[in-house]
Amino acid sequence: MAKKQTVHVKINGRERQADVEPRLLLVHFIREVLGLTGTHVGCDTSNCGACTVVLDGKTVKSCTVFAVQADGAELLTVEGLLQDGKLHPLQEGFKQEHGLQCGFCTPGMLMSTYALLKKNSQPSEEEIRWGISGNLCRCTGYQNIVKAVQYAAGKLAEGGAR
Amino acid sequence: MIPASFEYLRPKTVSEAIGLLQQHGDDAKILSGGQSLIPMMKLRLARPGYLIDINRVPGLSYVKEEGGYLKIGGLTREAELEGSPVVHSKYPIIVDTAHVIADPQVRNLATVGGNLAHGDPANDHPATMLALGAQVVATGPKGERVIPIENFFLSIFSTALQPDEILTEIRIPIPPPRSGGAYFKLERKVGDFATAAVAAQITFDDQGVCQEAGIGLTNVGPTPIKARKAEEFLRGKRLDEANIKQAAQLAAEESEPSADLRGPVEYKKGLVKELAKRALTRARERAGK
Repeated sequence: MAKKQTVHVKINGRERQADVEPRLLLVHFIREVLGLTGTHVGCDTSNCGACTVVLDGKTVKSCTVFAVQADGAELLTVEGLLQDGKLHPLQEGFKQEHGLQCGFCTPGMLMSTYALLKKNSQPSEEEIRWGISGNLCRCTGYQNIVKAVQYAAGKLAEGGAR
Repeated sequence: MIPASFEYLRPKTVSEAIGLLQQHGDDAKILSGGQSLIPMMKLRLARPGYLIDINRVPGLSYVKEEGGYLKIGGLTREAELEGSPVVHSKYPIIVDTAHVIADPQVRNLATVGGNLAHGDPANDHPATMLALGAQVVATGPKGERVIPIENFFLSIFSTALQPDEILTEIRIPIPPPRSGGAYFKLERKVGDFATAAVAAQITFDDQGVCQEAGIGLTNVGPTPIKARKAEEFLRGKRLDEANIKQAAQLAAEESEPSADLRGPVEYKKGLVKELAKRALTRARERAGK
């Protein structure tokens, strides 16, 4: 077994660290070592985007990054969206607009659209669809996800800036 | 899927990384964006004993015009390339290409250097770099050497890089006035490799005659293909519909696709012809002719 290495991250505002094997994938580090199971393993082949997290401000597929690569990084997962016990406008949007059915893809969808709205607060429908092009949903047909993001963009514009 | 065990090394400089490559030889791999390598490791198609992570080596990520070239650092992310102002204003063919590589999350990590050094004929930058007449800078124990892109791809997953060399920069000659280029790709869905794709770059003289033509083909052979006959045919000609059609036909004849789940050989050759027509037409428009 390869030598373990210490990985230190700031995840959802909290400092965490652990010694891990280099081959441990970031998604398993988040779920199994840190115990944050909101991030899902879907295809495990870099296609579906269910494992999407925000790493130093950019979305990545955490099944295609080693935990050791994230040493020193800031991470945001779906658990970090809730603030002061209140849903993020995106979470509210997915609820109001039925942006999910089974919910398996939702954590990844939320992280991709969170990063999208950070970069572009008023995206067009096409920009939203392009923004979630790395996330697969087999339930909604995407229509309600687009509406959910539009809902959130509207809420954030009203002054609920997060 | 869990990759085989490996030792993780994180050099701080290029020379330190090269030293590690010399030390560990064939048992080492460079980890750049990792978006091709990590999936291969998870499938155990790659089992390096040592992974040399160059992501924290400073000075390898940039896009700038200098000394007659557009210079792209090997570690430049696809997302950075896509967002680069100079690329946007002057190199629409590169925007076309970066935009259709995988998906947004993958583009946040995937690097231009990795896209070339991986040597996968299904990757998108090789065809575009062939069309643009790019050069690759390989840095090794003896310093830098420059490899013309047309000599870079040897066979599937194999390039002219030596085991102790790192691809540190891509140089694209700044196109003269009256130049234009485009990349057209057909993929079954976002994130899939190209069924086929064509890159075309054209330079006209002041009479509207084609002076220089570069055409590269994606995923229709064991390596990325430079469509030399089609390029040669266009030099000295006007890009009217008949000539574009003839060049596209030649490019299709130069392609060597194999049948797979994306389609049979005839279909892919037909696709090369159609995509070449579209890429040449768009290149002509962008050159202002």
